[in-house]
Amino acid sequence: MSPADEALIVAIARLIPPSRHAAIGAASPIPAAASLLAREMSGNLRVSMLYQRRGNVFTDGTGELFDLAAQGRIDLFFLGGGEIDGAANINLIGLGEWPGRAVRFPGSFGSAFMYLLVPRTILFRREHSRRVLVPRVAYISAPGTSPPGVFRRGHADALVTGRAIFRFSPERARFTLASVHPGETAETIRAATAFDYDIADPLPETPPPSREELALLRGPVAASLAPIYPAFVSRLAA
Amino acid sequence: MRFVDLDALAGMVPPDAVVAIPPDNSATPSSLARALARARLSGAGYAISLIGVPVSGYATDLLIGTGCVAEIQSSAVSLDEAGSAPCFTRAVKAGTLRMRDATCPAMHAMLEAAAKGIPFIPIRGILGSDLLAHRTDWKVIENPFQPGDPIVLLPALAPDIALFHAALADQEGNVWVGRHRELAVMAHAARRSLVTVERIVERSLIEDELLAPGTISAAYIEAIALAEHGAWPGGLTDEYPDDEAHLAEYAALARTEEGFRAYLARYVYPAPAEAAE
Repeated sequence: MSPADEALIVAIARLIPPSRHAAIGAASPIPAAASLLAREMSGNLRVSMLYQRRGNVFTDGTGELFDLAAQGRIDLFFLGGGEIDGAANINLIGLGEWPGRAVRFPGSFGSAFMYLLVPRTILFRREHSRRVLVPRVAYISAPGTSPPGVFRRGHADALVTGRAIFRFSPERARFTLASVHPGETAETIRAATAFDYDIADPLPETPPPSREELALLRGPVAASLAPIYPAFVSRLAA
Repeated sequence: MRFVDLDALAGMVPPDAVVAIPPDNSATPSSLARALARARLSGAGYAISLIGVPVSGYATDLLIGTGCVAEIQSSAVSLDEAGSAPCFTRAVKAGTLRMRDATCPAMHAMLEAAAKGIPFIPIRGILGSDLLAHRTDWKVIENPFQPGDPIVLLPALAPDIALFHAALADQEGNVWVGRHRELAVMAHAARRSLVTVERIVERSLIEDELLAPGTISAAYIEAIALAEHGAWPGGLTDEYPDDEAHLAEYAALARTEEGFRAYLARYVYPAPAEAAE
């Protein structure tokens, strides 16, 4: 994994407290690494990971994750998106004529359900570009906000990319640029973001990963993750 | 319930069946998918309607690439760490595959409804997703117990056939799936289950109180074939991990039609060792 991956994981890990129970879906090495790092840092986080080889808590099949979420037993989930827009809508379906005749993404996974039922979601996407962070997604896999009367426990809290961190206000359905990673400025982020947003004043720089965070990430976190995401972890060690 | 060989098991799948299969990390029936692909390449015509439980991977992509699949209903199709599913992506873009997008808990819930013998099941979430507009079989009603609370209703989904792999079967045809309870729901929901297993054991799985809760009764199972490493390149809990190198090789080859044909020649057809019982 590259320094950019490490910075992204550490930035997400720092946002995880005060959540107490994070769930990780399939094919999610970055949130898995961030949650395990947050657990190492605080010692006070339950991490329930689907398809974990050892210590898999889901003894009632892969559907149990969604039952847990439906009951409100999970505090925190993570979602990415082929496209993410300024109202925190995410698109995992595709572009062009339905269902993605121009560009096809893998599919919505559990997003259409988890986004509404988990009290707190952290959005992440390493690529920070105008094709990913769009004014309006082509298709909504999961909506950023819901009208009054729709049963919903929570929303996106933050969006972490390889270049910056945004915080989301569900009342205003709008992001605020909260910090820029080292080497970025308000101007470079504006140029790379196609949706409109507010900017924190003053605008801080995201603190780079500390020596302790990197040691935990490359040590115990990588060791826990290796059986589940071997290719990801071998890139981390490289 | 009867024991047959792998190609005979593949031969029991009707060409236009609604077929449910689990993904790579959940006891996926890869050997059986390769046997179906071989039958197709030998001239059998298939127009299967596939159901990803709740998502799909290698076996699905292989079946799509060999032209076995007319339609798929799934929450996602991907090769996880190895990237996007090349044959699926190509078929969606070409318009040769009907994709019915879903979301994971809805796939589980629709199968649970069928397993319980009820016609539909309510589910939270989904409201505001474009999935709803494209799933005309999913309805929104007002919660009859709490006015002003819109909620999604999903129809029961009873596959014609469930296909999966498992570690153990016993002489009576009971099949042990351990913690993979999604396979039990799938088998309960489906009209028939066709199963491959690593081993057939002498002792009864349902007379052992430790194994019985992870066992699917033979009442649900139509036929079983022995297939060692039958999930490969997918993994099987406590038996072998996913073969990431092979999945990466598949992903690289299947990126083009020519590469996919080279993959079939190398790993799928003919494969006498795999077809033998």
